[in-house]
Amino acid sequence: MIDVSNANKTFTMHLQGGIELPVVSGVTFHVDPGECVVLSGPSGAGKSSILKMIFGNYRCDSGRIGIRHRGALVDLATAEPRQVLNIRRATIGYVSQFLRAVPRVATVDVVAEPLIVNGLARAEAQARAGELLHRLNIPERLWQLPPATFSGGEQQRVNIARGFISDLPILLLDEPTASLDAANRAVVVELVAEKKRQGVAMVAIVHDDEIRHLIADRIVDVTSFAAAA
Amino acid sequence: MVDQNALENDEPLLVAKSLSKSYGRIAACREVSFALYPGEVLAIVGESGSGKSTLLQLLSGQLAASGGHVSYRMRDGVTRDLATLGEAERRFLFRTDWGFVHQDPAQGLRMAVSAGANVGERLMAVGWNHYGRIRDTASDWLTRVEIDIARIDDAPRTYSGGMRQRLQIARNLVTEPRLVFMDEPTGGLDVSVQARLLDLVRSLVAELGLAVIIVTHDLAVARLLSHRVMVMKGGRVIETGLTDQVLDDPREPYTQLLVSSILPP
Repeated sequence: MIDVSNANKTFTMHLQGGIELPVVSGVTFHVDPGECVVLSGPSGAGKSSILKMIFGNYRCDSGRIGIRHRGALVDLATAEPRQVLNIRRATIGYVSQFLRAVPRVATVDVVAEPLIVNGLARAEAQARAGELLHRLNIPERLWQLPPATFSGGEQQRVNIARGFISDLPILLLDEPTASLDAANRAVVVELVAEKKRQGVAMVAIVHDDEIRHLIADRIVDVTSFAAAA
Repeated sequence: MVDQNALENDEPLLVAKSLSKSYGRIAACREVSFALYPGEVLAIVGESGSGKSTLLQLLSGQLAASGGHVSYRMRDGVTRDLATLGEAERRFLFRTDWGFVHQDPAQGLRMAVSAGANVGERLMAVGWNHYGRIRDTASDWLTRVEIDIARIDDAPRTYSGGMRQRLQIARNLVTEPRLVFMDEPTGGLDVSVQARLLDLVRSLVAELGLAVIIVTHDLAVARLLSHRVMVMKGGRVIETGLTDQVLDDPREPYTQLLVSSILPP
């Protein structure tokens, strides 16, 4: 589903006299359907950058980000912007640590949106959103409120619900359990297991050893892609 | 094997090729080329004097280019060069398939006639003549832009800035255009009024599948509304790409400066 080969990324900081910050080089790994690959390595090793490169949020300087999209292999690193948008709509989902809340939109609609964008009827999408919010222990009285005023942990759970609601074949998880309590971490582990059974390919970053052990099928050590500075 | 054909290939709605404009020796806009697809929201960002408003006027055929051309796929599917359209054809396009939201609502509205007439006028211009239907459609649109129906007979000069801007949007969208140009639509508004307007524009654009070209100096507006951005400086497009790519991973020195100048939320 994902086939990254020899991908490189360097930041050039023009405002700091043009210094070059190498991030990663020679990133090469693949992910099969139904598999969860966890990226490991110390803070600053480039795990999040790799995730962002696979999502097309960071541009690669060279190399290939192969993605199976609608049955064909496409290279995200060279795709046109609107092709990247199509790939995100139909193929790749991204669960970040932080919710980028849109003002005035009710929680249940924030969660249902990815389904509505793909053509599901609003009522059905909201029903599925409700199920997930319920599983993630967001009380029903909050569903009609915009999540902007929620606590950090609640916002993160809304974000997880939004990320897991879709039927996208690839999911990228950036510390999905970071500020959750034990009960909610267990729900996320369950959700990941369900996605595996549905054949979803996942790449995750998790710092919690116990969670990593529970969800990882394979571990890719990012330190081997450390850019030669 | 990599198969880029698996990615959708539809036809662009508007294409700009090497668009340039100079005023004497001053080049306001140099060699701008891009294609805009149906349903796509493109933000043009840059500081004052970067040429973004000139570009918007060139694209919407309000200003004659010194070089290059703009073509548009009309409702009948035929792509025409805007420079070859007659004045009547161009006006018709502006009344039907295009909208233009000005920063100052007074430029886009008739301030002394009622809100209902401001919206209804666009419908009459495309041949509607049944008073009851026009009024119903106008009230429907006022509701969609969150204006109290009780104010339908009041003139916009009695409206607040935010209401005027929402009325201008209703007036533009009532004919179901496929392309809307926006020039700093939230420019003169209070922050709270801005947020409400942006939210409204965002949901209408998604609901109606509008293509939008929006000029803004506010990167937060670009991030919230647009799929793609073009960064302009000195009349040139210096960087372009997916909005989140350009804002999260800016490459050009000037874009990095713009992005680093945003105050944290």
